[in-house]
Amino acid sequence: MFRSINNNQSELITIYFEGKALRVQKDLNVATALLEAGISNFRETTIKNENRGPYCMMGVCFDCLINIDGMDNQQSCMVKVSDGMKINRQITRNTSQDEQ
Amino acid sequence: MSNNEYDIIIIGSGPAGISAATLADHHKARVLVLDENCAPGGQLYRAIEKNQKNDNEWLGQSYQDGLPLVEAFRESHVNYQRSAKVWHLSNDKVVHYSVNGKAHAAKGRQILIATGAQERPFPIPGWTLNGVMSAGAAQILLKESGVVCENAVFVGTGPLLYLIAHQYISAGIAIKAIIDTTPRGNYLRAIKYVFGALGSIKNILQGWRWKREIIRSGTLYIYNISDVKINGVNSVVSVEYCQKGKWKNIDCKYVFLHQGITPEINTSLSAGCNKSWNERQACWTIDIDQYGQSSVKGISIAGDASSIAGGVAAAQRGSIAALNMLCNIDIISSNNREVFSKPFKRKLNAEMAARPFIDTLFRPHSRYRVPTSSNTIICRCEEVTLAQIQESIALGCKGPSQLKSFTRCGMGPCQGRLCGLSVSEILAKELRVSAKQIGYYKIRPPIKPVTLGELASLDEA
Ligand code: FES
Repeated sequence: MFRSINNNQSELITIYFEGKALRVQKDLNVATALLEAGISNFRETTIKNENRGPYCMMGVCFDCLINIDGMDNQQSCMVKVSDGMKINRQITRNTSQDEQ
Repeated sequence: MSNNEYDIIIIGSGPAGISAATLADHHKARVLVLDENCAPGGQLYRAIEKNQKNDNEWLGQSYQDGLPLVEAFRESHVNYQRSAKVWHLSNDKVVHYSVNGKAHAAKGRQILIATGAQERPFPIPGWTLNGVMSAGAAQILLKESGVVCENAVFVGTGPLLYLIAHQYISAGIAIKAIIDTTPRGNYLRAIKYVFGALGSIKNILQGWRWKREIIRSGTLYIYNISDVKINGVNSVVSVEYCQKGKWKNIDCKYVFLHQGITPEINTSLSAGCNKSWNERQACWTIDIDQYGQSSVKGISIAGDASSIAGGVAAAQRGSIAALNMLCNIDIISSNNREVFSKPFKRKLNAEMAARPFIDTLFRPHSRYRVPTSSNTIICRCEEVTLAQIQESIALGCKGPSQLKSFTRCGMGPCQGRLCGLSVSEILAKELRVSAKQIGYYKIRPPIKPVTLGELASLDEA
């Protein structure tokens, strides 16, 4: 299980994952906030429909893609949480080719 | 000079980038630094400013050493753009980047690529399961957010693996097991380089100290293994390893993998820089001269983005590259370039002398670079397995770019960053040629995914 050991916790805000409210520290990125809340299943892969979650946490692997406020393909390890943010698992097609 | 024109544009704000920027600023050059993260320091010194307040001493001295670099950078007049995703670098030195979904372009008289390293792919069965992350990710969670994962299993080899395990133990976080995949023969092979490494004996002893403290802590430490895999359906259930011909199982929910680090080459390759296969480091490195100048005029590379040499070397390489770029645009004379770069070269040489030893000791076994089990996923994005790659080869596929059209391998959003190296080596093995002959994906812009909206916002600007 992931948990914070920082003695200096930042202020708490509310985000929503699949409709459920979560209180999280405001200086976390989305991926970290979800992991700390016990969520590691961020999306379903397109071809094999397997569960995926963050792997590298540094913007390289794109495995942490998730739907944030209605937009797919958000790199959750690179995006900070904000109050009221609505996050949902991503289950649609997501390759760079579709976007370019 | 107009608003978006600079003497030097630096991509990356790790030790190489900020050292170069601070020095160039000192000589009154107009400098722009673009970095994807939200604070300077790179991966090595990630969140170093934030951690001063948190008093997290278990992060260790080698981490704290980065603070003066970051402070000097903050005190400079460099234009520092954080959260900037660079998606195109043209060979006429125009850099395209996005901040918050809005695109910008800037032109530099000189460009420095200081994008650092990434972790080497570690394709084993189960490495895509929920609950498997890289050891680098564990480090990032710890430094950036003070978040740890209790009772995880760490698998792999390399200094970073011992570092993170040592940090966990110092912070009192239980580790279920460490499975060390360092090939036994590496110790013997590395011994002949130990004298060259004596200049950096401090670092090597520190590594041994970490390892000793890890073992003394009573953490289950497993070594001399011949294979490893991760079991589970959708999420991790256990790690299995083979020791003396017997498979053994460790139940766990979280696994952190590490097989060393390799240069971030996509940025340099997209700009047309030449690369070489480095057999000792078992990866591609970008060709540079002694000043960091690449094969493309006006584009230099510093730090681990050209070849792996570590953070201390990166700071020296950044400074040397900055002096050379200042010389190229006539801010300093070539004579001064030589004089000023002397102390940096001296420090760099001491660091480089230790590389043959470190590279040899932690060179990953070919089994963990080129998997043997056919259902292992190689391309995480497009879910392409080793079996599919082998089939394509049987059908006549001869190279990485061709493999894309056969299987979509390397065509997902990570643009081959997590499969490119494996693909070069798999093709080399199957076709019985060297990785050098096989080559790498042809990297085309955009080097990070961009939306049409972002592209359109550039025209408006
Ligand atoms: S976890 Fe790898 S890009 Fe976010």
